[in-house]
Amino acid sequence: MAAIEARGLSLTFTTRDGPVQALYDIDLRVEPGEFISLIGPSGCGKTTLLRVIADLEHPTGGEIRVNGTTPGEARLRRDYGYVFQAPALFPWRTIEGNVMLPLQIMGLSKAARRERARQQLALVNLEGFARKFPWQLSGGMQQRASIARALAFEPQLLLMDEPFGALDEIVRDHLNEQLLKLWAATHKTVIFVTHSIPEAVFLSTRIVVMSPRPGRIHDVIDCDLGAERPLEIRETPAFLRIAQRVREGLRAGHSYEG
Amino acid sequence: MRASAALPVAVVSAGLIAFWYVAAIGLNWQVVADMQARAGAAPGFGEMLSLTLSHNRPLLPAPHQILVELWNTTVALPVTSRRSLVHHAWITLSAALTGFAMGTALGIVLAVAIVHLRALERSLMPWIIASQAVPVLALAPIVIVALGALNLPDLLPKAIISAYLCFFPVTIGMVKGLAAPDRLSLDLLRTYSATRAQVFWALRVPTSLPYLFAGLKVAVAAAVVGAIVAELPTGAQAGLGARLLAGSYFGQTIQIWSALAAAAIVSASLVGLLGFTERVVAQRLGARAG
Repeated sequence: MAAIEARGLSLTFTTRDGPVQALYDIDLRVEPGEFISLIGPSGCGKTTLLRVIADLEHPTGGEIRVNGTTPGEARLRRDYGYVFQAPALFPWRTIEGNVMLPLQIMGLSKAARRERARQQLALVNLEGFARKFPWQLSGGMQQRASIARALAFEPQLLLMDEPFGALDEIVRDHLNEQLLKLWAATHKTVIFVTHSIPEAVFLSTRIVVMSPRPGRIHDVIDCDLGAERPLEIRETPAFLRIAQRVREGLRAGHSYEG
Repeated sequence: MRASAALPVAVVSAGLIAFWYVAAIGLNWQVVADMQARAGAAPGFGEMLSLTLSHNRPLLPAPHQILVELWNTTVALPVTSRRSLVHHAWITLSAALTGFAMGTALGIVLAVAIVHLRALERSLMPWIIASQAVPVLALAPIVIVALGALNLPDLLPKAIISAYLCFFPVTIGMVKGLAAPDRLSLDLLRTYSATRAQVFWALRVPTSLPYLFAGLKVAVAAAVVGAIVAELPTGAQAGLGARLLAGSYFGQTIQIWSALAAAAIVSASLVGLLGFTERVVAQRLGARAG
């Protein structure tokens, strides 16, 4: 069973200035354990597609299945964890309290919540910060805490919407490495929205290049760099070749006349 | 208080007190001069000054006269005395606090209802706003007389007037506070498939606390005003309102002013207490110190 399967998916927003076609005729199949990046310029619908998968938006046409069911059912089953662009940690809860929030909503006992939170925080190297409040952590640490929170359900599917977009490059590199390790250790399916080409190539098994007006899939690029990816891989010819193809895809799909 | 704030505070306070003394001398001058003329005396300027500041029924009492009166009717008297301001303040305070509790409860219930039932916002809000457009001075006698006929304890009708003034700022603050969570936080809880009740307790309530405290501070001061106003129309025998009324019957301006000062002290203490509670709560909820 595919983790995600979309056929002819489209979504048209009704706005005051008339209809806006955010997604048009999207066909995409994601197998369990893949790391898929959605890349494209702003307005290409990459975040919208992620939100459709998460049942935060409702498609107006076509079909989408998440783990074989509708996104709504998948959401009710708590099949996925979602990482937003901003950490969105509740400032009145400690880091541990934030990671325990989804578990509290799930109805887990306090002891079980605490134990799971400890495990997830260890996974993102934040063991020592459980009792701190969000403002006491740097931006990168906050985003790691939000990843731990998204992992708290232990979902098979991780949806990430430009999670490192607001961070500086050094922190971003570091978190990319950590995310790869995490992915290798947990075998989760990851859908990762980004507008950084190196980030997409570094992380993904496949890269979905999207283009705007209407938001559609322009190209799907295999990114077979193997599981072991040190940061230096970004200087290798294989890496640069894939990056070049992604760049061309982005350029071709982007009409500057619009 | 930070040291940098101490100087401006001291300067402003000193300025206000100086202005008060000048006003007291100016307003009482003619009264004293007439009295002296009737008695056939012609005091000098210095003596006139001291007389204007020690008259026992001045148009405007000087600050020290009020302080002396406050001292004499609180510390210098047993609490059981009918002249004790502590006794009167407690009568008013107990009504105000009962009303404050009732009004806060009502205010929160209304706010929760309004936030959760969109239809209520349009149907209920105009009435809530209209309720505050009615002058409480006009409403108080009606309520007091009507409830008085039911043989309720003295405290309750007064508390109801207080509650009537109280619930409004609480409702307005809480409606805003409960609707304050941003899109992102709401989306986050949706990805957890949280129920409305879970969203309410996990997100809306903590977000609304600063708004609630802002509303409570306005409400508690209004509660004291409400209790005092409620004591006026029936000529109550006890309470700060009764002291104000008795003072004005007998031209005891010093008594009126000391009752006013007592009311101000009570209100300010209550607001201060709420501010302190807010800081403690904020600290427990991870607010930055300072």
